[in-house]
Amino acid sequence: MPENLRLTPLYDLHVALGAKMVPFAGYSMPVQYPMGVMGEHTHTRSHAGLFDVSHMGQVILRGPSGALALERLVPVDVAGLAEGRQRYAMFTNDKGGILDDLMVANRGDHLFLVVNAACKAADLAHLRAHLPELEVREITDRALLALQGPGAEAVLNALVPGVAAMRFMDVATFDWQGHALWISRSGYTGEDGYEISVPDTQAEPLARALLDQPDVAPIGLGARDSLRLEAGLCLYGHDIDEHTSPVMAGLSWAIQKARRAGGAREGGFPGADRVLQELADGPLARRVGLRPEGRAPMREGTVLWDAAEGGRNIGAVTSGGFGPSIGAPIAMGYVPATSAEPGTRLWGEVRGKRLPVMICDLPFRTSTYKR
Amino acid sequence: MKYTEEHEWLRVEGDSVVVGITEHAAEQLGDVVFVELPEVEAVVAKGDEVCVIESVKAASDILAPVDGEITEVNDALTDNPGLVNEDPQGDAWFFKMKLDDLAVLDDLMTEDEYKEFLG
Repeated sequence: MPENLRLTPLYDLHVALGAKMVPFAGYSMPVQYPMGVMGEHTHTRSHAGLFDVSHMGQVILRGPSGALALERLVPVDVAGLAEGRQRYAMFTNDKGGILDDLMVANRGDHLFLVVNAACKAADLAHLRAHLPELEVREITDRALLALQGPGAEAVLNALVPGVAAMRFMDVATFDWQGHALWISRSGYTGEDGYEISVPDTQAEPLARALLDQPDVAPIGLGARDSLRLEAGLCLYGHDIDEHTSPVMAGLSWAIQKARRAGGAREGGFPGADRVLQELADGPLARRVGLRPEGRAPMREGTVLWDAAEGGRNIGAVTSGGFGPSIGAPIAMGYVPATSAEPGTRLWGEVRGKRLPVMICDLPFRTSTYKR
Repeated sequence: MKYTEEHEWLRVEGDSVVVGITEHAAEQLGDVVFVELPEVEAVVAKGDEVCVIESVKAASDILAPVDGEITEVNDALTDNPGLVNEDPQGDAWFFKMKLDDLAVLDDLMTEDEYKEFLG
């Protein structure tokens, strides 16, 4: 194992379960268990999968008008977020690019943020530099688990009565054996499910209690990636980064009316000029779904051409692989807005050969959130 | 059965060999989702990339283990790449090659030597 990798509170459990551990965002994380990526993927879609996402950053923001303050950094309506609700957001830079994507929850007297592992140090510095009036506290004594899939509701409700009544993107605190669980009904798989912040000393007992349920299997990062890809969800650093704007990325739905032109709190976030202009006029390029017509996967970096021979290189794949629930290769990438219509045929260059690929709607598989 | 350091197995059939990947290789690759086979009658040299094999995780090549001519490919893998995980050392052979000189197989590992190689 490379030196200096951080371990989550579930490291010993992963090893005991036979996980293959890999370095990821500075942590030693399970990429798969003996069931394998394909089996873990389909198990999550048909039953319930347990994910360790403790590498992600958990942050509490506290202070007067915290929601309005956070709006200085995100194009999202945070002030209008009701208590007990969560919303998807992104930190933008001055050029309207995305510094990180995150979840923001209104937990009454504070905001609770979940940010990407690889970005968390930069996010904390960013928050502290720009919101000096707020207390910015990284939560380092809690693990984060995700339980995803059609079986998740019954499984978790048996252990934590009451969670079945939550709707998609609700957040609430529940007691489990005398310990506070911060639970949201959300996830990164396109399935119904929950994300559970648990005191790190209780992470393994909770994980074991969940795994004791016949429906639940442990799921690694490999299947997490194929599940989110089928759900059309962006992976930071791949499908979105500091050069892609939320509008280009197809994330305009996350920019509520209050922050748009003519809204009550129009603009006022980094890069608002570009983002509002793109909302009005459309972006130059768009993130699209891609369905290779053959069986060869088109992975990240695959160059996209507008003709089988000659023609122009018009874009590239940002995430791609095999979709186990689709039974075929799937990918996402960026192309000029003028070529982004679903049904447009492009060619992806795989091992020197241009193979046909069709632009399609996202997601590849309809999500099953409990709205 | 003979083995290479690239985790291929070779089984002699007359003046030809049948080539596939070992159980160890299949396990390391994970679930195979795509196989691209060589052209029949292709003349290949040892070390040439003759097959592409993609798992849910990554793409890798299968190299020609020896010099020879491809005489037959296992089309079943194109339609059912998962066969590589189910029966890597049996039904999931990749191709057959005709060799000029079977003596080159003497340089390859025996099963015991391969097991030792895996450690």
